[in-house]
Amino acid sequence: MNIPTDLRYSTDHEWVRVDGTTIRIGVTDYAQDALGDVVFIELPDVGTEVGAGGSLGEVESTKSVSDIYAPVAGTVSLINDELANNPERLNEDPYGDGWICELTIGDAAALDGLLDAAAYTELIGEA
Amino acid sequence: MNKVRTTIFHPLHGRLGAKFGEFAGYRMPLTYADLGATAEHVATRTSAGLFDVSHMAVVDLVGPDPAAALETLVPGGITTLKPGRSRYTFFTNEAGGILDDLIATQFGDRFSVVVNASRAEHDIGHLQLLTDIEVVRRSDLHLVAIQGPQAVELAADAGIDASALTFMGAMVATIDGHDVAVTRSGYTGEDGLELALPAEIALGFAEQLLSDERCTPAGLVARDSLRLEAGLCLYGNDLDETTTPVEADLMWAIPSRRRAAADYPGADVVDRQLADGPGRVRVGIGTDQRRPVRPGNELLVDGAAIGLVTSGAFGPTVDRPVAMGYVDPAHAEPGTALTADVRGKEVPVHVAPLPFAPHRYHRG
Repeated sequence: MNIPTDLRYSTDHEWVRVDGTTIRIGVTDYAQDALGDVVFIELPDVGTEVGAGGSLGEVESTKSVSDIYAPVAGTVSLINDELANNPERLNEDPYGDGWICELTIGDAAALDGLLDAAAYTELIGEA
Repeated sequence: MNKVRTTIFHPLHGRLGAKFGEFAGYRMPLTYADLGATAEHVATRTSAGLFDVSHMAVVDLVGPDPAAALETLVPGGITTLKPGRSRYTFFTNEAGGILDDLIATQFGDRFSVVVNASRAEHDIGHLQLLTDIEVVRRSDLHLVAIQGPQAVELAADAGIDASALTFMGAMVATIDGHDVAVTRSGYTGEDGLELALPAEIALGFAEQLLSDERCTPAGLVARDSLRLEAGLCLYGNDLDETTTPVEADLMWAIPSRRRAAADYPGADVVDRQLADGPGRVRVGIGTDQRRPVRPGNELLVDGAAIGLVTSGAFGPTVDRPVAMGYVDPAHAEPGTALTADVRGKEVPVHVAPLPFAPHRYHRG
């Protein structure tokens, strides 16, 4: 299972790439494997304000529907339009072309609640 | 609590990295590692998929005239089945509701039915109402389906040559001295075979089939999207005790002889619905959107509920969501625009002709 060490993780199996006050969000390799083939993704609208744990959209696979949660509070600043038309990219490249959206965050300290790669590895029992 | 059962092929699924789910009391493969449901679906349409369907029950009817006995419980043409032929039919109740659907096969020296796993106990009890017939559940036989354009050739290379059969034909082959009942049938819309394998050879023969690069293991998720694209009903979703053959658009499975005789359970209800028109009818539901329409979603016209989705999935071959449901006959014409309420989101859909993907049966 691929768990890049330069990312932060949520207990909802999402990854976060931090770049100043902008964070990019996606789902982990573990999550895409558990979901199975993704057939539909509902992305949030740019400008949407969301609280920590709020819904950013849905990922629907051949097996199930799952919510995408905001790992911390913020405002949607960019969405991966390409993903809506090519949902399989979430399976093929979860940490790259399969990214979901970016948020502008106000409180960088909120990121301290996220897991590092080692803690996430432990969470999913891969250690 | 009933214990969840596994099939004889469980060790093989494990080795293939299957993700499992519970279905009709069995732990069944949903998808396989390194493939995924979409790849399994596509492999079945383009080459061959191998499905563990051994959760379904093989039941022999033993007696002086099992075909005539079965006809008292189903509206299908069963006494007219020639040796070496299979037929799709369904048990009906006095209200014309469908108790289960099944395949009946006349092997000549053996008469056998295959019923759904979820309904096996019910159906066996129902069959035991027949007088002069012994009902024998063949737990010693384990069903697999090989489906797809390469399926028959693949089976022939593994020792079961069914190339002489046409769609819904049946025969008995021999592998290592064991009889294998073979029908040229399936649940995908493709050409293919269903094999009833004795326990002694079941696992080994499945492994032999999979050792051929033309053969891909396929799980229940792919099985569902394949049968949906083929417009085939799933009992419990698209059919139940409250749906009649008229509503389910299955009158093709009731021959004129049985219709005229009206001698099956619920015949009066079926005749009345044919005369007056049913209150609802099963149709295909298509959409140009990508958001899958799912069972339980309401179908609306001008904000008013006119139907309900009973099956829905993403169809990899048609590259769009595919669904079936029941609608008011006033809105059943193909092309009719409807709205599906998908968890509060309004998705534009339309009545679509079935099947979504053309059947490619070998009719000879």
